[in-house]
Amino acid sequence: MNKVLKLILEGEQLSSEQMARVLELTPAEVEAQIAQLKDEKILLGWRPVLNPSFDEETRVRAVIELKVSPEVSGGFDRVAERISQFDQVESCYLMSGAYDLLVIVNADNLYKVANFVHNRLARIDGVLSTGTHFMLRAYKESGYAIAASEAPERLPVTQ
Amino acid sequence: MPKSGIRDFFAIVSQMKDAVSLGIGEPDFVTPFHIRDVAISALERGHTSYTDNRGLIALRKEISKYVAANYGAEYNPETEIITTVGVSEALDAVLRAILNPGDKVIYHEPCYVSYCPSIKLCHAEAIAVETKAEDKFAITIEALRKAWQPGVKALLINFPTNPTGGTASRELLEEIAKFAIEKDMLVISDEIYSELTFDGNHTSIVSIPGMRERTVFLHGFSKAYAMTGFRVGYACGPADIIDGILKIHQYGILCAPTISQEAAIEALRNGRKSMLEMREKYRERRDFIVRRFNELGLRCHSPRGSFYAFPDITSTGLSSMEFAKGLLSAERVAMVPGTAFGSCGEGFCRASFSTSYANIDEACLRIERFLKSLKH
Repeated sequence: MNKVLKLILEGEQLSSEQMARVLELTPAEVEAQIAQLKDEKILLGWRPVLNPSFDEETRVRAVIELKVSPEVSGGFDRVAERISQFDQVESCYLMSGAYDLLVIVNADNLYKVANFVHNRLARIDGVLSTGTHFMLRAYKESGYAIAASEAPERLPVTQ
Repeated sequence: MPKSGIRDFFAIVSQMKDAVSLGIGEPDFVTPFHIRDVAISALERGHTSYTDNRGLIALRKEISKYVAANYGAEYNPETEIITTVGVSEALDAVLRAILNPGDKVIYHEPCYVSYCPSIKLCHAEAIAVETKAEDKFAITIEALRKAWQPGVKALLINFPTNPTGGTASRELLEEIAKFAIEKDMLVISDEIYSELTFDGNHTSIVSIPGMRERTVFLHGFSKAYAMTGFRVGYACGPADIIDGILKIHQYGILCAPTISQEAAIEALRNGRKSMLEMREKYRERRDFIVRRFNELGLRCHSPRGSFYAFPDITSTGLSSMEFAKGLLSAERVAMVPGTAFGSCGEGFCRASFSTSYANIDEACLRIERFLKSLKH
């Protein structure tokens, strides 16, 4: 694996200068490699990971299961790519099993999710049915456990 | 008997809020969850009673398989293995089991802080053999021969070594073995860092013909599986020595914590993948810190094992203690002076690379600033 990518995936959030020192590159070389990873659509980008309870009074999240009629040319792609265009859609996946697309949606309130499902998703040609589930509480978000446990006390110097 | 030199340092560092510590002698990983999960289940199921003094037989059977597969010696789980509260207890108990007042033990320095005091606590004489940077801190047979004297009952070795990362090749271990047989010495081998051997395979002295019957093999779970707080280790050896250890353990400790023993079984059965992942991270961090120290002009060999770098700080003109204290007060970076591990650690400091890239990087930038300030 690309060394820059490996370091990014370790999750330490190092600056280009720090990565350059670790990898024996110049900061410009690190940045060029990151740009290339983006060009190749290997690295799609960075986003902060917020605790969902931070804005729970003004945001709701829902997962929506969609059954979709596949098309002769392109299968599910046209519908899935169209759905992915909406700003409310955080993620969109083709699934195996009882339904076809899994869509994760963010909105200001329950009614906006309802409207989105009713006025947008359900009306797309090829969508056969929808099943909406609201998220109640997050316990782990993008790899970060949220439980309110205190970090264990560690000795700064040991034998 | 003096306190461990590390304790004084700890007292200073623990007062500092923004210190960057390269002083931590334990994995910076939390125990892999599958191991903790087994401990949780053990509690849920109420496995809270004592175990056999020697430890759970299921654990001893796993230890027997693991040691046979990885270290080349077979031990009977019924009679030749005992589970202890970390290697620390195993070391203390084996010394107390074999030593009479006035006996002598050879060990190599710089070394883990407890070796010399543990020997002295048995009213025995501790004979230090210096190891040197030019030998990558492996013991040499010449130094060993020179140190030997009548009355030496045992040789205590620790490869890979805390604090130097020194290791011993098979050829060297064969020479040591030959010498131990010639002088009829027991060998106590503390192999706690053995899984953290980065280049090539670890060889245990116990695998050398003629050594199994005169070696006490000490090992545990703290470093390989990031289980320091579980406090579980073990000793393998001839049944008569294990019986001696058993008596001390039985009266002093009774048994290693039951929940920790169950977690240890899981570590041996399913922990290899996590162990290898952690080792790879240590290796990458080793390469980084060693390169940075050398770039800064602090000559540092690449340790073949452990998670400690042991840079030479003599180019600064300071003693180990002056360097460590100066660095701590000027730049708030904690490294342990080499003299905490024996007087021949003078001229060196121990830097643990069991920490994040960001910490190592920041520490090295601060050390660079500190070195520049010394030149003015």
